[in-house]
Amino acid sequence: MALVLVVPLILIVSHLVIEALPLLSWDFLTTNPTAGMRKGGVWSALLGTIWLVGVSLAVAAPIGVLAAVYLNEYARDNWLTRIIHLAVVNLAGVPSIVHALFGLGAFVIFARFGRSILAASLTLAVMTLPVIIASTKEALAAVPRSFREACWNVGATRWQTIRGIVLPNSISGILTGVILQVSRAAGETAPIMFTGAVFFKRIEAGNLFAYGIRDQCMALSMHLYTVTTQVPDVPHALPYAIAVVLLGTTLLVNATSIALRVYLRSRKKW
Amino acid sequence: MEAPVATVKKIEVKGLRVSYGAKEVIHGISFDVYQNEILGIIGPAQSGKSSLLRCLNRTLDFTSGSRVQGVIRIDGEDSQKVRNVYDLRRKIGMVSPMPVGLPLSIYDNVAFAPRSAGIRSKSELDGRVERCLRQAALWDEVKDRLDSLGTKLSGGQQQRLTIARALSHEAEVLCLDEFSIAIDPVTTMRIEDVVKELRLEMTVILVTNLVHQARRLADRTMFLWNGEIIEIDRNDVIFSETPASRKTYEYVNGIFG
Repeated sequence: MALVLVVPLILIVSHLVIEALPLLSWDFLTTNPTAGMRKGGVWSALLGTIWLVGVSLAVAAPIGVLAAVYLNEYARDNWLTRIIHLAVVNLAGVPSIVHALFGLGAFVIFARFGRSILAASLTLAVMTLPVIIASTKEALAAVPRSFREACWNVGATRWQTIRGIVLPNSISGILTGVILQVSRAAGETAPIMFTGAVFFKRIEAGNLFAYGIRDQCMALSMHLYTVTTQVPDVPHALPYAIAVVLLGTTLLVNATSIALRVYLRSRKKW
Repeated sequence: MEAPVATVKKIEVKGLRVSYGAKEVIHGISFDVYQNEILGIIGPAQSGKSSLLRCLNRTLDFTSGSRVQGVIRIDGEDSQKVRNVYDLRRKIGMVSPMPVGLPLSIYDNVAFAPRSAGIRSKSELDGRVERCLRQAALWDEVKDRLDSLGTKLSGGQQQRLTIARALSHEAEVLCLDEFSIAIDPVTTMRIEDVVKELRLEMTVILVTNLVHQARRLADRTMFLWNGEIIEIDRNDVIFSETPASRKTYEYVNGIFG
């Protein structure tokens, strides 16, 4: 039965790669698009995606993990925490286009960040935050309560307990949850297209810091969308090649997450 | 067993009431625990024994919805008003029913509490780890593999590790909460020997389902039933033919409960 799930994956990936083959090369990754998107590579889009995801993660991961630690370890079970919990669950279910509108209103217009990597990343952060909180909470809750009680019994503070026992034993689950959100953020188009991603931007090839935080940027997901729908006469292989790069990036991140989980699980201590 | 002529009150409990939400589980009990005695607490499940212990070291604070009324004095100090609750908890060694090896090395399991208390000196930690493991009768079995995981020990060893950890913060009162329900009889007897030795330097509260364990070990025994003290007295009274309460006689002799 599980094989049924593998078949579509293999079909999709192999189809993409076969169609993209004529264009795939190292140069494709490291050169800017040229000739109105019809030639050249995806460098500015690839770097834009990396920046967007990186900044959003830098915001969402610490806040999300700390919020989950608070909710799971400190907060008492009262109406307020129940409302927060409800909010987290519902926020995770909000469609990404709604997040996009929120980001446009809150970050681009109200906070005056303009359309920029900053605004787009914050929008992505708001989108991924609830899922990071939920997955982190789950990872924390998987650490048996008896461990915590044993620590409290010997006079350890809550924080000593969290730092000494809870976090070291839930870190694999926490990281897995966070990393999976990386691939989700990388693939989203809607939240960034109103808040910071642009149709085309030329940047210095090969320079990882070619974008500033207040710049607009290109992004792979958006690039794929525009190339397939807005630009006439693109080479047949181009959208496929962009898709392969996008898919490759997320698969790479997911593979890291799986490898990390396997490694940390092998060191599981109880 | 000769009951000691102990009169120094280590713990004083007055009018203790404990409730979870609207449900009261301990209905105003008062008793004293004397220095260096072993006080047995017997009673069926749900009679409030574990809640009582969790009041003593105030880990009940972590249970939301719990409420404690009344006074518990430890060494004359009101535990509800104590300034540093962590110091209070260090005074009390708590051994839970199920053995809990923390997911740390054997060494770190025992060193966890002293480290939490701010002790960093390697030689002092080494000394404490060895002393506590010896006191818990575990040293000889694990001295060559202090680096291996505490969670990989057998149940009986883990329970002795738990005891070593309970001693590691130089507790003055040792609370054993049904320590034998998850371990084999031979290990139980070993731990009972450990407890007998420990009572020379500390006060022991032994909560147990096993009436005979209280009879073997305790100086005095308290019969707790549905959150009320039916009787607390010296063992030679509790386990005699004529304890003050008929209920005690019936429970102790297995007629009910």
